[in-house]
Amino acid sequence: MTAETILDVRDLTVDFHLDGTVLRAVDGISLSVRRGEIVGLVGESGAGKSLTSEAILRLIRCPPGRITGEVRFRGRNLLDLDEDALSRIRGREIAMIFQNPAGSLNPVFRVGAQLHEAMALHLDEPRPALRARVVDILARVGIPAPRTRARDYPHQFSGGMAQRVMVGMGMSCVPALLIADEPTTALDVTIQAQVLALIRQLARETGAAVLLVSHDLGIISQMCDRVIVMYAGRIVEQASIATVFGAPAHPYTRALVDCLPRVDGVERLGTIGGVMPGLRALPPGCRFHPRCPIAEPRCSVDVPALRALTPDHRAACHLARPGA
Amino acid sequence: MTERVVDERPGSAGALGALGGQGGHVGAPLLEVEDLVKHFPIRQGPLARLLGREPRVVRAVDGVSFAVQAGETLGLVGESGCGKTTTGRLVLRAIDPTGGRIRFEGDDIAGLHGSALLPFRRRAQIVFQDPYTSLNPRMTIGRIVGEPMLVHGLVKRADLPERVAALLETVGLQREHAERYPHELSGGQRQRVGIARALSVGPRLVVADEAVSALDVSVRAQILNLFVTLRERLGLAYLFVSHDLGVIRFVSHRVAVMYLGALVEVAPVRELFQRPLHPYTQALLAAIPTIGDGSSSIFDQPGRLLDGELPSPIDLPRGCRFASRCPHRMPRCAEVEPTLDTVASDHVVACHLYGDAKGERS
Repeated sequence: MTAETILDVRDLTVDFHLDGTVLRAVDGISLSVRRGEIVGLVGESGAGKSLTSEAILRLIRCPPGRITGEVRFRGRNLLDLDEDALSRIRGREIAMIFQNPAGSLNPVFRVGAQLHEAMALHLDEPRPALRARVVDILARVGIPAPRTRARDYPHQFSGGMAQRVMVGMGMSCVPALLIADEPTTALDVTIQAQVLALIRQLARETGAAVLLVSHDLGIISQMCDRVIVMYAGRIVEQASIATVFGAPAHPYTRALVDCLPRVDGVERLGTIGGVMPGLRALPPGCRFHPRCPIAEPRCSVDVPALRALTPDHRAACHLARPGA
Repeated sequence: MTERVVDERPGSAGALGALGGQGGHVGAPLLEVEDLVKHFPIRQGPLARLLGREPRVVRAVDGVSFAVQAGETLGLVGESGCGKTTTGRLVLRAIDPTGGRIRFEGDDIAGLHGSALLPFRRRAQIVFQDPYTSLNPRMTIGRIVGEPMLVHGLVKRADLPERVAALLETVGLQREHAERYPHELSGGQRQRVGIARALSVGPRLVVADEAVSALDVSVRAQILNLFVTLRERLGLAYLFVSHDLGVIRFVSHRVAVMYLGALVEVAPVRELFQRPLHPYTQALLAAIPTIGDGSSSIFDQPGRLLDGELPSPIDLPRGCRFASRCPHRMPRCAEVEPTLDTVASDHVVACHLYGDAKGERS
């Protein structure tokens, strides 16, 4: 793979200064996404995956938040840009899709007008051309009777339709990077499939790099080329889909995959005892060690580094071996 | 981790054994639902009333029939708005049915009201989806779990703490949790409390309404295992309502698929997943993102995915309610509503595609 690296995040840390204490929600994350690649960021609630995507876009209020590290987007560090320069990139070069599509649209303006306004911000085209584009986009994302529906208000759209509009809107400016944070979590399974198929198709067509945040391992497996697994603010493993789901090296990843009901005739699911630690009570050493079935004494002392087991497979575990 | 859940200490087992229902009517199903209907009227505006327009209704549950045997789990699966939650509530008589029969242990309970329902309420309980809003934040765990037993007069006040402790241990909590409040517990622990509360009165049927949907993957696995363990130990029957086919596949013996207020297919779990017959069931199964090896994606074959969206349950079309989205639509699908008929042993489906097979058998 020699495709251009679109997003290169290095040592990203997100702190929150609250009541005189500092809570570290994201702790030194490094990741990259190349052109044409779909990378999944997966973890359970509180793992820090959404905060990571929000920090990349600088959508976290600072203070109380504090973001350090580097977020290189096509060579430029987004953390160094002023607000103006940043807002020229957001929406045009980087598109965003969030969980709640209804909340992303303004309820008092017609859907078509909102699409129109968003595009006018980024495209220098005359009004009639933009209007035609709006109808095109609605048709493209499978909205029936697009010319009529453009005059509807958001509440007249179902959740799935609204999310498809958001996808169409996001991709209309042919962004280099799409960040989708739980884009289908609020949707039913058949509608979810429609939206994800649309994201995948548009990403493949435009060559956009995609960072897909999800708690759903099945979605990650069907959508992504590579996956990054997060636990309690840190990356514990990253590799191709085949490796992470076929031969995971980190005990957390292994346990997570075993928790899923996948095959018939299983009498009990695999489980992980306990719960992920909260930010106020992070254990020393490896953050997974209190729940880890193979933890050794050093795991509660030394923080395991994210080591390369093979060129494409990294795991943060003292005991990880390639192909384990 | 299952060991922690499988608490076989004589104390707790005894306490529950005493509460656990026995008896029942050999041969007859524990729960039998026939042609269950729930219509929610839509409030009319003054103009509509003045013009004497027909009152309109949401046909949330529109003629549903099924049975649950003692010790059996029937999975009820469907997408939002299909009526699965309403069905669960009707079965428990939490809301009144518009029509149909509900027989529990042979007794018709659809027509009972008020205190006449009390004995039934002991026998059928519910576990809700959201462990954050279904527990009273001002009550201790001990009171939440203990109160149903007092209400039903099942235990003397002096014996209550011991009973509560036994129940908490049965669901994998410690007796010390009785002193705590819901906000001190994690989501998974709260759901265990919800289960303990349901078990406290010794039910034979538990309706689990999206009972694991709000939980993270690793916690969800623990709670699903607990449901299975309790079924085995106490001989419980579950009506397990969920939108999640993975969950349904793990927990169910038989599965009923619901679409727009009606059942479209009911079959044993293995049969349903290996040989789904109804086009809606097939589409539903095709849309689940299962874990693969990354070599191909279901999202690259849009032809297999379902187009369109659920029609409104207010103005249901004539004929088959799935016809508007069905890839195998035939002319008669728009005219005649298919009935739920047997096509194989214990496998029923409501679809004209299998009309011939049905004709031969009947």
